Amino acid sequence: MEREIVIPGQFLSDNKNDSGPGTYVKDGKVYSLLYGVKNAKNKISVIPFSGKYIPSPRDYVIGTVIEITPSNWIFDIGSPYDGLLHVSEYPRRVEQDKMAELMDFGSSALLRVKDVNSSMKVELTMKERGLRALKVGRVIEVTPAKVPRIIGHGGSMVSMLKKETDCDIFVGQNGRIWIRGKDGKMDLLTEAIKLIMKHSHTSGLTDRISQFLENGIDVVSEKDETVLENDLAEDTEDESEIQEDTYRKVDALLDDDN
Amino acid sequence: MSDKPEKFIDENGLRLDGRRIDEIRPMKMEIGVLSRADGSCYLEWGKNKVLAAVYGPRELHPRRLQKADSVLIRYRYNMAAFSVEDRIRPGPSRRSTEISKVSREAFEPVVLTHLYPGAVIDVFAEVLQADAGTRTAAINAASVALADAGIPMKGLISACAVGKVDGQLVLDLNKPEDNYGDADIPMALTSDGEITLLQMDGDVTQEEFKKAIEMCKEGCRQILEIQKETLKNKFTKLDEVDISDEDEDVDISTIVESTLEPSEDEETEDQDEGSDEYQDDGSAEEDENEDDSVSEDEEEDNEDDLIEDSEESIKRIDEDDPDDEEDDA
Repeated sequence: MEREIVIPGQFLSDNKNDSGPGTYVKDGKVYSLLYGVKNAKNKISVIPFSGKYIPSPRDYVIGTVIEITPSNWIFDIGSPYDGLLHVSEYPRRVEQDKMAELMDFGSSALLRVKDVNSSMKVELTMKERGLRALKVGRVIEVTPAKVPRIIGHGGSMVSMLKKETDCDIFVGQNGRIWIRGKDGKMDLLTEAIKLIMKHSHTSGLTDRISQFLENGIDVVSEKDETVLENDLAEDTEDESEIQEDTYRKVDALLDDDN
Repeated sequence: MSDKPEKFIDENGLRLDGRRIDEIRPMKMEIGVLSRADGSCYLEWGKNKVLAAVYGPRELHPRRLQKADSVLIRYRYNMAAFSVEDRIRPGPSRRSTEISKVSREAFEPVVLTHLYPGAVIDVFAEVLQADAGTRTAAINAASVALADAGIPMKGLISACAVGKVDGQLVLDLNKPEDNYGDADIPMALTSDGEITLLQMDGDVTQEEFKKAIEMCKEGCRQILEIQKETLKNKFTKLDEVDISDEDEDVDISTIVESTLEPSEDEETEDQDEGSDEYQDDGSAEEDENEDDSVSEDEEEDNEDDLIEDSEESIKRIDEDDPDDEEDDA
């Protein structure tokens, strides 16, 4: 009973204090607002099956430049509302006439939502660690509601995908995913993400995707399954692993260059 | 008027199509039929065939139509030229404009419009084959399509009509009953039984009208069950559901953040002008955050690797770093 599919207007609880995201209270009773899955941990919330991304402060997003004004880049962030990146929010000082050189129409960037006001004016920032314009790689779009599934429990899915495909992955909360790696690996990763979307409502997904990736390619033969299991068990990667990982990535990159 | 039947209800109390007076036509629904729409539903109700699509919430143009504090709902009811025996002229007509308006108003009370200020939700209801009661069929389909699109609603809307033939009230009129009957009262109700659409063609007495509302409520209740069934059956295998182990308590931001940092290891290799600066930013934070300092060390390791193998990157790093410091200062 803890998890079940609910529809808008479905009665959920007699206790109005149970009302979490995706629910509403009427006459002291809690009802669902959305078509999705009920989650009854602590408070009752409903996680929708679909829906548009609605920006909220501190979200990481991937945007695409759709317009350049004298002081702002305007980004499409896959939402009903466009995002504004003011030149002062770029990591360094930019002259007005140099703006298009840094990011022109169609350029993508990793950004963070700085603020959203009541009329849904979305202010973005790039002045944080890791945020940058994207010049390589690919961007995949998925349903924003399923982003938590891509990340997995404590990031398990993402770290598994990274390990298995040797790709860099950045998951934006607006449902856009940036990946970078070798072409073949990126194709495989794209397939894996599609698979996650298709089976997002089933359990044990991380393991199955991991199997898919292993059977799909021969190149990852170096991957030891037990090591992988251990990785998944621990949410945080320890330092030695990171180092190995980075060395491997560096090697891969150098191979590419040669 | 030539093909008007002599009697609409036979001596057994059955109607022309064999239904009882309080019985609705068989209804069949399917959701997610259109891949480009955010939500969609195909509905067959007797001989009616309706396709509903929902797009949005999305940006509204022209901007003058935007409502500062709520989302605009646009509803388009349209009958395909081939939906009836005599081809109807395509495009909006007096009738379809009116139906679009009342249908839109049927949804406004349940959709949480204040969540998406300035945006628009477009609902398109296309009648592919018509056999009386298309506006109610379109509303039933649109309601499920809205749910499929993930639009927050206080409840589903169900719609149904009551009519009068041979001096008797009947539920869910079919074509001959609609054409030659004495009254037609379409109604839309929320799941709480609140009326959001009520129209009347023809006339009935006050008592009949009260009875008609009761009949309609019963009809809508049955339709609501079909709608629920349709939505719940989309994921039939969900018995062993284990949707997203992460609950709402976990701040997705922090998780995303954790995915962000490993990718920074690549930063040195990106070899674009922007990348080196983040290291500087990072080293500023070094004291605050131990994890950061760890990754910084690695980045330095990476640099060493690169320096050994790639002379280009040496130059780049050497050139860029002083500039960046100036910028930061």
